[in-house]
Amino acid sequence: MTETSMIAMNSSLTSCQSCHLLCQMPEVDNWHHATCPRCGERLHVRKPNSIVRTWALLLAAYILYVPANVFPIMKVTTLGYTESDTILSGVFYFIETGSWLIAIIIFTASIFIPLLKLLTLTGLLISVRRKSRWRPRDRARLYRLIEGIGRWSMVDIYVVTLMVAIVKIGAIASIEAAPAAVYFAAVVVITMFAATSFDPRLIWDNLEDTDE
Amino acid sequence: MIIACHECDLLNSVIDIPVGTTARCARCGVALYSRKKNSIERTLAWAIAGLVFFVLANAYPILIMKSEGVLSETTLFESVKALYAQNMWGVAALVFITCILVPFIQLAGLLYILIPIRLNHSAWQAPLLFRFLRKLQPWGMMEVFMLGILVSIVKLSDMAAVMPGFSLYAFAALVLVLTATVSSMDPYLIWEKTGVRHD
Repeated sequence: MTETSMIAMNSSLTSCQSCHLLCQMPEVDNWHHATCPRCGERLHVRKPNSIVRTWALLLAAYILYVPANVFPIMKVTTLGYTESDTILSGVFYFIETGSWLIAIIIFTASIFIPLLKLLTLTGLLISVRRKSRWRPRDRARLYRLIEGIGRWSMVDIYVVTLMVAIVKIGAIASIEAAPAAVYFAAVVVITMFAATSFDPRLIWDNLEDTDE
Repeated sequence: MIIACHECDLLNSVIDIPVGTTARCARCGVALYSRKKNSIERTLAWAIAGLVFFVLANAYPILIMKSEGVLSETTLFESVKALYAQNMWGVAALVFITCILVPFIQLAGLLYILIPIRLNHSAWQAPLLFRFLRKLQPWGMMEVFMLGILVSIVKLSDMAAVMPGFSLYAFAALVLVLTATVSSMDPYLIWEKTGVRHD
């Protein structure tokens, strides 16, 4: 099967990243100035430096993930007594008080999704590096999944925001956002950029390379 | 006409599909394009409704809490300011961008692009703006914020009596309208109408 001929890259064509118009690949020396004739976006055959960029962002996210989970995300002061909440202690709090649904939501959004995202992207990068031919359709689907669900990790940040603003009962009770909120927000933002910088077409390019 | 799949680079020919269906890539299965009924008009209508709910959602308090006889309430913007006051400017900026700025730019930007299309001409710099709107899409997190409100209510209800403010309902409506706006939008059609002629 000559599947190679059906790929845009092999036909001197490229899809505009923004409006998806199929564009003619320009001459090599004009490459840096090439823009889409319809929407004006810069044209690239593949996202530039996709693998290196994604690795760098992932590494930063892994590092920030540690303080995000170790440090408290908010401090609750009631009648002069201060209690610190980490992300995980927040989950346990809901389990203890019997709010199972909320415990599951927070666990999924704040612990499970970021980890799933980090590990999946790492796995995808390794599979691309090793020129894996293993189930490309499923790997592509996995990429689409983590690209879409990352946003839900922001739930905890929004909860802290609202709690800080509303619990201001003079000297009786107040809530303060703590350092982990910054680290955690950074993890969410950085993994979102990491997902965008990964080019899913690399998963499929490996099938081409080994065909020849 | 032929397009290349944006996720696997396979060349797919664009065929005339029935209204309400989606064409998927033959190799990786990603949604390539869909045909929608009266896409421009419907998206425009939803975007206008969205702006109305956006204003309502931001004008009224989200939550009202009563504890020890003290009543406290907060709007979204006041929450952002409270975070900022605690020196959490980065997080405050992120909340401001994802819950206020991006949803507003999305809705207002769509009006700016779609109204001229409806009147058969193209707005100034429409392709540049629409490109920007498409990139901004993942950063509007209204539905996640809505979940955040619900979790906060449960969390606060152990501490004090919490009542949902008027804007909670406006937020719920805004989330639904934003979803409808995005799902009634046909980016390919908009590109065809705004983009510079290429043939």
